[in-house]
Amino acid sequence: MTKNILIAGFGGQGVLFAGKFLAYKGMLEGKQISWLPSYGPEMRGGTANCSVIISDEPVGSPIVSKPDILIAMNLPSLDKYEKDVVSGGMIFVDSTLIGRKVERTDVKVFYVPSTKLAQEIGAPKLSNMILMGKVIKEAGAVSYENLEDGLKKVVPAKHADMFDINLKAIETGYNY
Amino acid sequence: MAEKVLMKGNEAIAEAAIKAGCRHYFGYPITPQTEIAAYMAKRMPKINGVFLQAESEISAINMVYGVAGTGYRVMTSSSSPGVSLKQEGISYIAGADLPALIVNVQRGGPGLGGIQPSQSDYFQATKGGGHGDYHLIVVAPASVQEMADLTILSFDLAEKYRVPAMLLADGTMGQMMEPVELPEVDYKPTEKDWTVTGTQMKRKHNIVNSLYLSPEELERTNFERFERYKQIEENEVRYESFMMDDAEYCVVAFGIASRVSKNAVIAARNMGIKVGMIRPITLWPFPVKPIAEAADKVKAFLSVELSMGQMIEDVKLASECKKPVYLCNRVGGMIPTPEQVLESIKKMAGGEN
Repeated sequence: MTKNILIAGFGGQGVLFAGKFLAYKGMLEGKQISWLPSYGPEMRGGTANCSVIISDEPVGSPIVSKPDILIAMNLPSLDKYEKDVVSGGMIFVDSTLIGRKVERTDVKVFYVPSTKLAQEIGAPKLSNMILMGKVIKEAGAVSYENLEDGLKKVVPAKHADMFDINLKAIETGYNY
Repeated sequence: MAEKVLMKGNEAIAEAAIKAGCRHYFGYPITPQTEIAAYMAKRMPKINGVFLQAESEISAINMVYGVAGTGYRVMTSSSSPGVSLKQEGISYIAGADLPALIVNVQRGGPGLGGIQPSQSDYFQATKGGGHGDYHLIVVAPASVQEMADLTILSFDLAEKYRVPAMLLADGTMGQMMEPVELPEVDYKPTEKDWTVTGTQMKRKHNIVNSLYLSPEELERTNFERFERYKQIEENEVRYESFMMDDAEYCVVAFGIASRVSKNAVIAARNMGIKVGMIRPITLWPFPVKPIAEAADKVKAFLSVELSMGQMIEDVKLASECKKPVYLCNRVGGMIPTPEQVLESIKKMAGGEN
């Protein structure tokens, strides 16, 4: 099994962080993984995306040009990458920020009002982790078990107070 | 066995260098390798090492020259335009027969170019780069694990042969994260008979220099150096052979291009095309022998590179042009997709490339 995952949104939405979480979770489950950020002159507000590959086989190219799973956190990302998703793939949409529907009919689409849900649990910046919860539930790339282990690797010690709320965000998305 | 951690390629280089005993880092920031400097800035002061951000790349490489003369392990890192600035110093270090590590995390060029990945410094790295007759040992990692392993190897080989080494990566390899196991290195600085560390009035003083006004003497140093290069060519070639046993076609690619090509080779095999890949791990010395052997076996070669076609010249030389050598490339920061490489393989197998 190989899952090619593309997470895309504005800089500052936690695109790279969410990807890192998936990558660590996959690694801890004994999978082969790679994580590749877009890097460029963009700062907060610019576009950001990251390629994550989780596989049973050694990973070849770390660049995801045809994602099995697209997580679109803003409209420009959906506009740009919708056409690239493989037939039968999945698209996860933050439906709070993206007003339109997915046009493709050969992919599975999950609309999650993740920005709104994040505000409701008191963590307005964790729309990314709410979407991760939904991805874990639907995509089967990584398991829902031992979430803490994966999270521990990505939440830095100085932000340890953010640990529980990240966990809650993932749970919220998983149960949405 | 050490624990596997997720690390960026750039960070893996920095930590591996520290493990290999490097306590002197001089650099100047440039995308996409700045994480190396950032990592060193954080770690070096804690382990009694030196991190120094010089006022320019030229200063940094000459600081490397200075430390190299004392026999301590020393490195600098930069990206393409910055490495161009370092060339004078690199030539001096080569001329003075000193070990050092120079890391080039390549970006698109020429000129200031862009900041996205590239392999277009191949000529500069493998054919000299600066003035004069010299070579660097050039290694080309294709995974974060190799970013670490080849950093350690570079220090060892540089010291063994008294030749500066270059780790030639690209923006993708520097920025991507993969699980990596950082090996424990048992490095103890050895007594060297050429270092300039003070004679304590007990021996004749050593001289580190690249200036020889007597042409006879300068010729002698060149000949002597090339004797060492010959040993390196005989003993230090490293490459990976992938699905070459029954291959009728051979892809040659290094670094990120080899990662993309591997996907394409597997896809072509699934379509019944008997293709394999030779991945140079050392670019200098180039794996001449395996390519020469393949030339007697395969029908054609495909050089996959992020340049306008630089390594392809070495593939032609190594194969003595016995078989056609085609090029599949993207430049300027673009990376070919596996589908593009597969198309080129299909064309090659169809003979219509």
